[in-house]
Amino acid sequence: MSALPAAGPEAAPSRPVLMELKNITLRFGGVEAIKDISFDIREGEIRAIIGPNGAGKSSMLNVISGFYHPQEGEVWFRGRRRPAMKPYQVARLGIARTFQNIALFDGMSVLDNVMTGRITHMKRGIFAQGVWKGPAEREEVANREAVERIIDFLEIQRIRKTPVGRLPYGLKKRVELARALAAEPKLLLLDEPMAGMNVEEKEDMSRFILDVNDEFGTTIALIEHDMGVVMDLSDRVVVMDYGRKIGDGTPAEVRANPEVIDAYLGVAHD
Amino acid sequence: MSADFLYGVEVVLNGLMAGVLYALVALGFVLIYKASGIFNYAQGVMALFAALTLVGIMDGQVPFGHLINAIFGTDLHGFGWTVPAFAAILLTILVMILFAWCVHTFVFRHLVGQPPIILFMATIGLAYFLEGVGDLMWGSDIKTLDVGLPQGASLWIEDSTAFLGGDGFYGFFIDRLDVAATLVAAVLVAALVLFSQYTKQGRAMRAVADDHQAALSVGISLNFIWWLVWSLAGFVALVAGIMWGAKSGVQFSLSLIALKALPVLMLGGFTSIPGAIVGGLIIGVGEQLFEYLVGPSIGGATENWFAYVLALAFLVVRPQGLFGERIIERV
Ligand SMILES: Nc1ncnc2c1ncn2[C@@H]1O[C@H](COP(=O)(O)OP(=O)(O)OP(=O)(O)O)[C@@H](O)[C@H]1O
Ligand SMILES: [Mg+2]
Repeated sequence: MSALPAAGPEAAPSRPVLMELKNITLRFGGVEAIKDISFDIREGEIRAIIGPNGAGKSSMLNVISGFYHPQEGEVWFRGRRRPAMKPYQVARLGIARTFQNIALFDGMSVLDNVMTGRITHMKRGIFAQGVWKGPAEREEVANREAVERIIDFLEIQRIRKTPVGRLPYGLKKRVELARALAAEPKLLLLDEPMAGMNVEEKEDMSRFILDVNDEFGTTIALIEHDMGVVMDLSDRVVVMDYGRKIGDGTPAEVRANPEVIDAYLGVAHD
Repeated sequence: MSADFLYGVEVVLNGLMAGVLYALVALGFVLIYKASGIFNYAQGVMALFAALTLVGIMDGQVPFGHLINAIFGTDLHGFGWTVPAFAAILLTILVMILFAWCVHTFVFRHLVGQPPIILFMATIGLAYFLEGVGDLMWGSDIKTLDVGLPQGASLWIEDSTAFLGGDGFYGFFIDRLDVAATLVAAVLVAALVLFSQYTKQGRAMRAVADDHQAALSVGISLNFIWWLVWSLAGFVALVAGIMWGAKSGVQFSLSLIALKALPVLMLGGFTSIPGAIVGGLIIGVGEQLFEYLVGPSIGGATENWFAYVLALAFLVVRPQGLFGERIIERV
């Protein structure tokens, strides 16, 4: 499938599909948060998910990262159907994420927080670390180096020893991104990475996201409310409204889609 | 130096040694509480159960012997062998790991997200259940535990410190078992601290203690970590059980060592490893000094309650414990 030119209306680059969601339906009791939605995420692209409050965007991200389990539909990752998985198993597949309401380890330093992002890369267990000191130490050093690179990359050297709980909101978001990046994920999921930031912080974050995508070639799926940001950053956009998908395509296509204009762009938002 | 002062020093030394053991027992609570929010009422019974199991294995006792005899009319008492202490300790560790797995898999896994009071109630149930299982498995008679730790007063310490004082001072009177227990406990406490600071699993443990969602998102299995902390708590319980058991026999009262940990937790906070260590030392020294200085004039036996009074007074002044962060309510 991946060898075929881009299927569907979107004029996206014909890169291989990394993740495909097929007919996902997710219910909470009587509420249908996601209604029969299908879309794909291609390798190396920045895929945005937009829509009004309560549209089901976070729910979709939670399905991808294994926090929610859809009642219907299939999740395909790297050409294989993914069975129902726990979030930690999804993380071990190489899917990292941030949260809409920031989930950091407040009691730990920035460095330790970012270090936890490497847990999936730490092979040596308790006994190796106690008994087999050499390789375990080498591994620790390698992990340290990877973490320091990311800390440099996101320009948070100054705060590396600061307990995360004391940081202002904007920096917390950045540390959360650093932790996700530390896993060197194949797919990076960002739930409103710029929410609540001022203009300058938003610009920084946009630049980081573009750089991550550029330099590491990381595939990114992100949820964002700021339309300007979405148009600038993303290769393709999925538009959701009341749990349904109402648009899918390049930013230009989506912006021209009448249904999207009605449902989303027309509505005054935040 | 005056003899009185030197006896005071001896009291402090003994207090410090008791304190290290209190710290160890308190750590068992802290490990589980931090990672899962469960206040484990069964910690003391776990120590009793671990000690019973160790004695049972060493003596080659048939587990559930009474039960089997009652049902099948057999007359089993022992396998007829004895197991060396070291091997028996390893086997007991395995039993405690299995116990941890059962506790998590059959009980607490199903209670994730329940309010703390429900979790606490479940541990009370667990405590009595485990006490019953211990009785059934190994019998309820008082047992002696001898894993080869040195016992009795150390003449060497006594002789070599006698010169410090004058005529009225005969050197520090220190029990060798206390010294051994202190060393073992100190090593274990240090090992636990290193483990939680520098290993993958330790880091994961701290992560789970801090935020479950975030921990999941970086690839940590909560179930594994919860099993791990129950196993560690079981191991801590075993060590505490060995020390107390060697001192005063393995019997029901051994489970009361948990009561010694409570004031330590009140003092040190329920989530702080350094708090448990410093708290243990303060309580250990505090209660011995109080008994030595004030006890005689008010009739003695102050060890039973002084630790709680100290902890209570402290709690009123610093509700968050020694090292806890002050909680300022957001309005
Ligand atoms: N864990 C949950 N339990 C019950 N209902 C939920 C849960 N998570 C989401 N929902 C419901 O699903 C719907 C979609 O919510 P979701 O958080 O996915 O929206 P969203 O598009 O991310 O909104 P926002 O822009 O406000 O973040 C809402 O009606 C919400 O109440
Ligand atoms: Mg959301």
